[in-house]
Amino acid sequence: MRHLLATRELSYDHALAILDTAQEMATVSDRSIKKLPTLRGQTVVNLFFEDSTRTRTSFEAAAKRLSADVLNFAVKTSSVSKGESLKDTVQTLEAIGGDAIVMRHWASGAAQQLANFGWSSSAIINAGDGTHEHPTQALLDAFTLRNRLHGTQATGKDLNGVHVVIVGDILHSRVARSNVWLLHTLGAKVTLSGPPTLMPVGVNTWPVEVNYDLDGILAQHPDAVMMLRVQAERMAGAFFPSPAEYTRGWGLTNDRYQTIADTDTLIMHPGPMNRGLEISAAAADSAQNTALEQVANGVSVRMAVLYLLLAGQPGQ
Amino acid sequence: MTHTYVMTGGTTPDGVQTDMAIAADGTIAQLGQNLNTDGSEVIDATGKIILPGLVDLHTHLREPGNDDAETVETGTRAAAKGGFTAVHAMANSNPVADTAGVVEQVHRLGRASGWTDVYPVGAVTVGLKGEQLAELSAMYDSAANVTMFSDDGMCVWDPVLMRRALEYVKSFDGFIAQHAQEPRLTEGAQMNESALSSELGLAGWPAVAEESIIARDVLLAQHVDSRVHICHVSTAGSVELIRWAKSQGINVTAEVTPHHLLLTEDYVKTYDPVFKVNPPLRKDSDVRALREGLADGTIDTVGTDHAPHTAETKQCEWVVAAMGMTGLETALPVIQHTMVDTGLLDWHGVARVMSVNPARIYRHTDQGQLTDTGSLVSGALANLSVYDPNPTFVVNPADHASKSANSPYQGMELSGQVTDVFYRGHRVVANAELTTPYQHSR
Repeated sequence: MRHLLATRELSYDHALAILDTAQEMATVSDRSIKKLPTLRGQTVVNLFFEDSTRTRTSFEAAAKRLSADVLNFAVKTSSVSKGESLKDTVQTLEAIGGDAIVMRHWASGAAQQLANFGWSSSAIINAGDGTHEHPTQALLDAFTLRNRLHGTQATGKDLNGVHVVIVGDILHSRVARSNVWLLHTLGAKVTLSGPPTLMPVGVNTWPVEVNYDLDGILAQHPDAVMMLRVQAERMAGAFFPSPAEYTRGWGLTNDRYQTIADTDTLIMHPGPMNRGLEISAAAADSAQNTALEQVANGVSVRMAVLYLLLAGQPGQ
Repeated sequence: MTHTYVMTGGTTPDGVQTDMAIAADGTIAQLGQNLNTDGSEVIDATGKIILPGLVDLHTHLREPGNDDAETVETGTRAAAKGGFTAVHAMANSNPVADTAGVVEQVHRLGRASGWTDVYPVGAVTVGLKGEQLAELSAMYDSAANVTMFSDDGMCVWDPVLMRRALEYVKSFDGFIAQHAQEPRLTEGAQMNESALSSELGLAGWPAVAEESIIARDVLLAQHVDSRVHICHVSTAGSVELIRWAKSQGINVTAEVTPHHLLLTEDYVKTYDPVFKVNPPLRKDSDVRALREGLADGTIDTVGTDHAPHTAETKQCEWVVAAMGMTGLETALPVIQHTMVDTGLLDWHGVARVMSVNPARIYRHTDQGQLTDTGSLVSGALANLSVYDPNPTFVVNPADHASKSANSPYQGMELSGQVTDVFYRGHRVVANAELTTPYQHSR
């Protein structure tokens, strides 16, 4: 594995290797000295074209626990205000010296371009590109799920037969896309739910089931229900008539939460949560909610990715 | 009598092998066997096809305003190398070709270049904004004598404005070339809307956005009894709609680009913006329907939609990259590959869709001259392309005369080479190289 660009192209073996390595990395986080010397002398560049303190901090923690040097490079451009080109920015960073580039970008495909167009010789880790993919988020979700289901016996196990429901704005969600492909690769059964206006065209060709009736799906006792964040701009785009109507249909309201309270159904959320919109306070604060574990596991998974891409590379 | 050139052994579109003499006045003097070559420059055209000079109704020459990407001079050089003797320069320059002044400028630059005829296309609306009709009559009355109007790049989306434009051009037998794209359905659109666009996370450009405008416009053309030409048809549904409209006797003509006859949306998987084009590359089923439509006459002509762009507007993130691809210098090999090698068209058919039909749509009288049986016309102005279908080559934009290198065929192996082009009897291309331009009288 040279880059991590998308879960669409991640093989079963590589996915499992990342999860199993993350399992080992998690033990580092439990030590009093949370640091391994593995990537000493290597430099990880966090290149963020879009604000995301959470993801950037998680990658930074992961790199530092592996003793890598970290450079944070935030670029304030958007599709409207074009500045320096992606190519120039990356080549500037290479001149400064980096071994891996962790990139968050507003443009779908930016990570692929970086990896494939000869603009960079670094290992590229996609930390979210437009509405395309966010592979490390899906990996940490799978890791969290696997740990909850298998505990200390998790290593080596996939998600065969596990039923995961993803609810909300599938159309614009890179998290949903990465999860669909990875969960499918690991053998899980995926159901998508949400307003039909937020389902992508051609979703019928994806390895998923689409069911608009969230209550009906929850009654099937899925292993996990993943609530996606509703972006404010979707409300203005007339994808649904009102936030209240969204919440009635596809929010994990208190009433709806009560139908799965005290069951084994896990409640997942990539964060940050919109309490009162896609998730009620009761659901957000319940023991079934894995949101904080997801954050903690994010560091372990990102350590695993950095380790697998960089260990044994020149510069070590 | 001494002829300037005698071409020997070439094959005309009807499949007849013949010699051809070109007179000093630029006309085809004589066709026949064993013509007298005394005092003439003899060109051996054995094994080559002699086509009437190609006519492109859809070219972006980028001048005025974007001469980093192309100029009238470089664009017509590219056109000549590709076998064209007439191009129609779309109006989306800067300033927009929406006044007599701008169309006369382009017209004048074309004559000064002398590689092909250059017919400026006038904008339908002021600034391509779709709000107010441009002064169409003034452009017609100008030295450029414009009869073709298009907001290409933008759709004349307002149905009332489209109706008025169709009505207005009737006074001088003009026509409107529509870029069929419903704007609300394509806001931010990046590629064909499909399962693939969903997977790639790129906003979709649905077929219905093209088809709904075509359906509306053929009905409008019928209602006001005018002529509408549909630019760059890209979907199977559009072909069906145009087929239906023609069956109703509606005065509609249609164009397809070489790239929509060959490439599919699968290329977008690379996120290489060289494949970003408007309308977008579609599905294999669309490609097949477009080829069939071109073969059966539903689609009248091939228009290149040659859209040069600088490297900096293409070597960037997909969503901010410019839309469009170069096409003048690869058009004929791509048509050979997609239509001739597949048995869908013979060379007479190629002459029809790349020369005769576009010339007829514009009402040109000195381009696209061919008899109904596919023979060239003695006495006609010698606008001719000599094409050798045999040599294979790998497309390399560095070899192109165009100023821009955004060819989607880079690295692809194709067959066929334009070896000679006669523009008004002047040999502007010889042995596949540009020679000297034709000197227009001042």
